Amino acid sequence: MTTVSLAMAVVVAALYAVGFYLLLQRSLMRVLLGVVVLGHGANLLLQLTGGPPARPPILGGSAEGSAPLADPLPQALALTAVVITFAMTTYLLALGYRSWVLVGHDEVQDDLEDRRIARRRTPTASMGEEADEQGDEVGVDPGSAAASGDPVGDRS
Amino acid sequence: MSAEDTRVPWPRWDSPTEDWMLPGDCPVTSERTLLLELAARILFPAVLVFSLYLLLVGHYGPGGGFSGGLVAGLAFVLRHIAGGSSEGAEIGARIRVRPPVVVGVGLCVAVVTALVPAAFGAPVLSSTKVSVHVPLLGEFEIVSSLALDVGVYLLIVGVVLDLLRSLGSGIERDALDAESEAAS
Amino acid sequence: MLPALPVLLPLLGAGATVVVGRWAWAQRVIGVTVLAAVSVVAAVLLVMADRGGPVVAEIGGWAAPVGIVLVADRLAALLLLISTVVTLAVLVYAIDQRIADYGRRTASTTFHPIFLVLSAGVSLAYLTGDLFSLFVAFEIMLAASYVLITRRTDARRIRSGMTYVIISLTSSLLFLTTVALVYAATGTVNLADLAERVAALPTGLQTVLALLVLVTFGIKAAIVPLHFWLPDSYPNAPAPVTALFAGLLTKVGIYALLRTRTLIFPEGHPSVLLLVLASVTMIVGVLGALAQNDLNRILSFLLVSHIGFMIFGLAVTDAAGAGGTALYVVHHITVQATLFLVSGLITRRTGTVSIDAMGGLAKRAPLLAVLFAIPALTLAGVPPTSGFVAKLALLQAGAGDGVATSVVAGIVILASLLTLYAVVRVWVRVFWGEPREPLPDNDPDDDLVVGTARTATPMYVATAALVAVSLTIAAAAGPLSAVTTRAGDDLVARTPYLGAVLGQEGAR
Repeated sequence: MTTVSLAMAVVVAALYAVGFYLLLQRSLMRVLLGVVVLGHGANLLLQLTGGPPARPPILGGSAEGSAPLADPLPQALALTAVVITFAMTTYLLALGYRSWVLVGHDEVQDDLEDRRIARRRTPTASMGEEADEQGDEVGVDPGSAAASGDPVGDRS
Repeated sequence: MSAEDTRVPWPRWDSPTEDWMLPGDCPVTSERTLLLELAARILFPAVLVFSLYLLLVGHYGPGGGFSGGLVAGLAFVLRHIAGGSSEGAEIGARIRVRPPVVVGVGLCVAVVTALVPAAFGAPVLSSTKVSVHVPLLGEFEIVSSLALDVGVYLLIVGVVLDLLRSLGSGIERDALDAESEAAS
Repeated sequence: MLPALPVLLPLLGAGATVVVGRWAWAQRVIGVTVLAAVSVVAAVLLVMADRGGPVVAEIGGWAAPVGIVLVADRLAALLLLISTVVTLAVLVYAIDQRIADYGRRTASTTFHPIFLVLSAGVSLAYLTGDLFSLFVAFEIMLAASYVLITRRTDARRIRSGMTYVIISLTSSLLFLTTVALVYAATGTVNLADLAERVAALPTGLQTVLALLVLVTFGIKAAIVPLHFWLPDSYPNAPAPVTALFAGLLTKVGIYALLRTRTLIFPEGHPSVLLLVLASVTMIVGVLGALAQNDLNRILSFLLVSHIGFMIFGLAVTDAAGAGGTALYVVHHITVQATLFLVSGLITRRTGTVSIDAMGGLAKRAPLLAVLFAIPALTLAGVPPTSGFVAKLALLQAGAGDGVATSVVAGIVILASLLTLYAVVRVWVRVFWGEPREPLPDNDPDDDLVVGTARTATPMYVATAALVAVSLTIAAAAGPLSAVTTRAGDDLVARTPYLGAVLGQEGAR
């Protein structure tokens, strides 16, 4: 069983706290930052599971043979996790942009209780038009974003 | 027809075939910086070569398909930043290969590399080594997992190019369209 | 190498469909061929696992616990087979919906590759014998599902997509934390190795790790206090995508719970916490379904409710409970996917998802009525359908295992009756009453074409094929429940899995 130093435990705790706090925010941008910070926390935790600092785990990489080698597995795991978090960050950025284009802001909306109610309230106008009135991005055409996201001559 | 006519005229035989600087049709003329464009022009091939180096040494040293692909992708990002919005489209137009095709080919190469050992009765994804003696350069060890790295490299480059196209120039094009609509 | 094929073939197909992105027919052929091939491989794996014990593939030739292994035991192979068959049917449905709406020549750059990547992720989740690979499998699966649920977004869909993505990301990061803590405590991530090392840990630490695993997979499987995202996000996706998610994604969470609980955190007695969660999930889910008017939301809440049934089988923690859960998962994957596909057909016909605005469909579309009635009755567990067989297996596991499980077994029966009430309510509103004209498509430009009778026959064929699969499960209940009973015995005994992976007291 591996134990970690107090300082690192505090850092991980702080990263998790900040991350979860940001996750609870409305704006998708802050949520994105929350995911990034949380991802850092999780990756740091993964790194710490390898035990105390030691020699790089590369054969013949260092002269002194007596020093212990670091456990390479958590580093491999963390590398994979970093890549996955990176991909998710990119995806959330794209999603935030799409939301900004469609709705005029990137805030996560309240759930309309039922779509039946939603239809009753807006019998003629679609959601996009309604949002254009409240947002200031009147000129942004939703269709152009769809075209940029799906560029190879795709119908609709 | 004399042979004289087919030859390149003497004063022009060593003149560059393309512009030294990036193309001049960049719409955001006010925000161009000469320094960055020049640096991008010089760094671009060097960074690409470095990414290939990372790809090749990846089996025994730090590097590999993923980091090599990312470095190559960064080279394209640099061109994109230096050249502004026209650059993303320009990369696609000049390479004449669609980024999704690069992604798909990369994925196929990687998966086929994983499957090939199974045809020889070895476990999936296992690798083997081939030693080649090249005159003048000496002994080379080629690991079969290099093919997997090449696949990953292509995949990453394709993804970065696609990102530059859709989230880079695509967004800028949207913004330009919106501005021109608002102006009209 | 055989267990690696269900992961690698869809990935290869994904790459190939991107390359041939300009030819729609080639994409379709590749997608269907790959999934059909994976089904065959899964069937072969099931036969091999049932006859000769778990089939193990060591990736790169590295043996466990150092290397990553893919293990196809009875449970994994069975779920892989049924999942792939359902995926194939959903793909055929989606292809024909697209052909009906946009014509034969329109290619989709993203749909086929992402669909196949999702299939690869699901296969990897079933087959992997390694906790970190399970994380990667979930990420592959979820990343593909993010794209599918937010593809072609409008303002409404992007809101539900955001909820789904953020919740899933949170659970993924929790999973990563769990993996880190498990590795810190034991120094391994191989499931078989963990089975031995976790048993040596202090009881308190074991409980913490087990609870973290429960929360992580509980979010993914939509167990009740953690279910709120599901009825919010699933109904907003297109019908094939919802069918796929409802059929597979939550069930992969259940599978992960079943695997980790039997292998790593075995309990000799029924788990009170899980029994409580199962009861709450069953009741809250079905009551939620009764309160809704939106057909897709009703089905989503019923999905949540029936997750509780599987948690009940999990809570019993003996061989009969594990086997019953496996049988229930097999039945539920099929029937839930079918119901969402039928719901897509109904919406297409009537132009609305509100059951108040429908009526008299039994006269106008009798085939649709039959296609709805059979899976609906199956879901409710009316004999002699597969739902009845699966619920009977669960009840047999629960009865006579103490007072607590008997009480929850009573709740199972209550929830089944309420499910029957919920589907009968849908039936009365949608299929009986005055026939109504279909509502016009209020957003003709979007992806979804509704309010039209122009439905391709293959869409009906794909749905009917799933209904037939469900009926086959009922007809072959004897052999199938024999297989799941043996799978349950394997899970609780643990030795076949451990022996196959670690090479002790060889089961092979």
